[in-house]
Amino acid sequence: MTQDKIDQIIDKFEAKPRALIMILMDIQHHNRWLPKEALERVSERLGVPLAKVQQIAAFYKTFSLVPKGDHELHVCTGTSCHLRGAQKVLDTVYEVAGIRPGETDSESKFSLTAVNCMGACSLGPVMMVDGQYHGRLAPSKTEDVLKNVK
Amino acid sequence: MQRIGSPEKLEEIRKAILEARDPKASSIAICAAPNCHALGNGAVVDAFEKEVKAQGLEGKVRVMATGCLGFCEMGPVVIVNPSNICYVQVGADDAAEIVSQVANGEKPIERLLYADPDTGERVEALDKIPFYREQSRILIGDNARIDPTSLEDYLAIGGYAALSKALFAMTPEAILDEVKESNLRGRGGGGFPAGRKWETTRNAPGEEKYVIVNGHEGEPGAFMDRALFTGNPHLVLEGLIIGARAIGATKGFIYTRHDSPMLLANLNRALEQAREAGLLGNDILGSGFDFDVEVHFDVGIFVSGESSALMRSLEGNMPEPRPKYVRTSVSGVNDMPSNLNNVETWANVPYIINNGVEWFAGMGTEKSNGSKLISLSGSARNIGVVEVEMGTSLKTVVETIGGGVANGKKLKAVHFGGPMGGSIPGDMIDTPLDFDELGKLGAPMGAGALLVIDDETCMVSLTRYFVEFLTKESCGKCTPCREGMRQMLNILNDICSGEGRPGDIERLEEIADTMSVASLCSLGKTAPDPLRSALRYFKAEYEAHINEKKCPAGDCAIEAN
Repeated sequence: MTQDKIDQIIDKFEAKPRALIMILMDIQHHNRWLPKEALERVSERLGVPLAKVQQIAAFYKTFSLVPKGDHELHVCTGTSCHLRGAQKVLDTVYEVAGIRPGETDSESKFSLTAVNCMGACSLGPVMMVDGQYHGRLAPSKTEDVLKNVK
Repeated sequence: MQRIGSPEKLEEIRKAILEARDPKASSIAICAAPNCHALGNGAVVDAFEKEVKAQGLEGKVRVMATGCLGFCEMGPVVIVNPSNICYVQVGADDAAEIVSQVANGEKPIERLLYADPDTGERVEALDKIPFYREQSRILIGDNARIDPTSLEDYLAIGGYAALSKALFAMTPEAILDEVKESNLRGRGGGGFPAGRKWETTRNAPGEEKYVIVNGHEGEPGAFMDRALFTGNPHLVLEGLIIGARAIGATKGFIYTRHDSPMLLANLNRALEQAREAGLLGNDILGSGFDFDVEVHFDVGIFVSGESSALMRSLEGNMPEPRPKYVRTSVSGVNDMPSNLNNVETWANVPYIINNGVEWFAGMGTEKSNGSKLISLSGSARNIGVVEVEMGTSLKTVVETIGGGVANGKKLKAVHFGGPMGGSIPGDMIDTPLDFDELGKLGAPMGAGALLVIDDETCMVSLTRYFVEFLTKESCGKCTPCREGMRQMLNILNDICSGEGRPGDIERLEEIADTMSVASLCSLGKTAPDPLRSALRYFKAEYEAHINEKKCPAGDCAIEAN
């Protein structure tokens, strides 16, 4: 991500310190993770200490301080999906891609996140792949979904 | 839309919209909420639109991709108005047939109607289907009547009439009195009277005052606020503006989920439309009242739904709660008086202003009035978004609306209030939906996530799940919550894996008491509540795990050890 692009985002929020979270969200939205240079630039332009920027970036779960894989997997672990076998979905992802929630595989193909509730409870257990829902996932179906990701 | 500069102009525009529409024209509402979307309804919507064009019915039959229609289990759901026919599990292939049926007033298509699972009998009318029959879909029912992207649609069903009345026919004091008298209680969990909260903020000193919509909905298994907000964003906005007028706030915040693209799109569009039409911004409807709104997002942590933590997040800080001896209604965002209510609470406000106190108080029980949205999930046969009158028995919700327990299993318990709620045994479901009654039983309503639990679910394991969830979602600021929960989880992990020791139950109880007394915010204070209710009603299961190394529900993998 270029500094110009980062500056554009900061300018959009008038470099207000109060907009720190919004700015980081916007950067992450475009870049999919938050590189160190981006945090430094935000700190400098907003006049917010780098330690505070890092604190916010490290605390809120949506922010990623490491690069993400090409495909984002979100497995719902909300109560309903939990009762319907979300753990089996997570286990299958581990078997196929070798990653646990919060991790990215060594080939940078998949990043896995466990989320709380996607609001599609009747389809549980649910996994989202790059924004596309896959529901009623038995282990074999989970495997098929992952193998079909190109 | 052009700027609406007076209440008369608003009514003029409304009249023009209605006159331009044929009251007999049919509309086909296709649910476009996440659940039906996941079932591939994008293709269904496209197919219907194509079909209407192909059959030359533009202007006669209207296709709308709407907000959640509630019956998620049977999605994609299609509702035809005004004939009130409900089609379930509709595919793109069915579009031609349905469009032709609607246009020509033919007999409903038998195979797409809801079939009673026991008798196989088909049900034609929406309000005859058991899932819908027992509901009072006051807030969520309009989802089937409007396109959430259209301000005109909202005006056509009487939208912003309450705002107009509040600005021109009522003083701010009168609005406040009305909400106080209605006894509208907060729908987000606490059940605190909204009017009293408004009054505190109104009377608190401060240069600026704020009103906030809490649309965080971080509770797993809760998806009703998203359904309402996405399907009818103007309703919540109208409630918020009326509240701002009563309180004397000039600025509002909407705090909502970052991971619901459709909600975000509909909300942003609604705000733009409202600004353009003069319903938001300076000199609203020519009344001289100025008010605008800023949208913020949760960035993925549960504790930021707690009111004081949410306000820190709005300021761009860590979502760490403050002690409650200073209330946020007196000192909240930027240390200014800030009134926060959840999505559903705000959505009730226009109805109360339009229909009056008696109408609202006429629904429900003595101390819990109006209707309540519920997300029905877990092992129920029908999962979905439900709205019932307060006071409805849980039995009606679980058995009639929910269709009982799926897959022939038996009802073991119902759990209300998510990870900070509680479970009551299945034989207690005659209890009415009432803030106080449910609170007394140890299963507080919370935001309205109702989980149906079958007899193959282990209550120890369920408690363990909730505690594990909260361990990850605590902000970590105060020790009782951060460390208490960790130790609680260690003990529960041991019990579930057959390593439980005598005295564990007492240790859990002691940690629970310490957390409730000493934690800073309600997350830590009520985190032990699922444990408490489980020990109250299902202690034998804990004892079986510890003493006999057995999981009565066959859920925990104890035998393997």
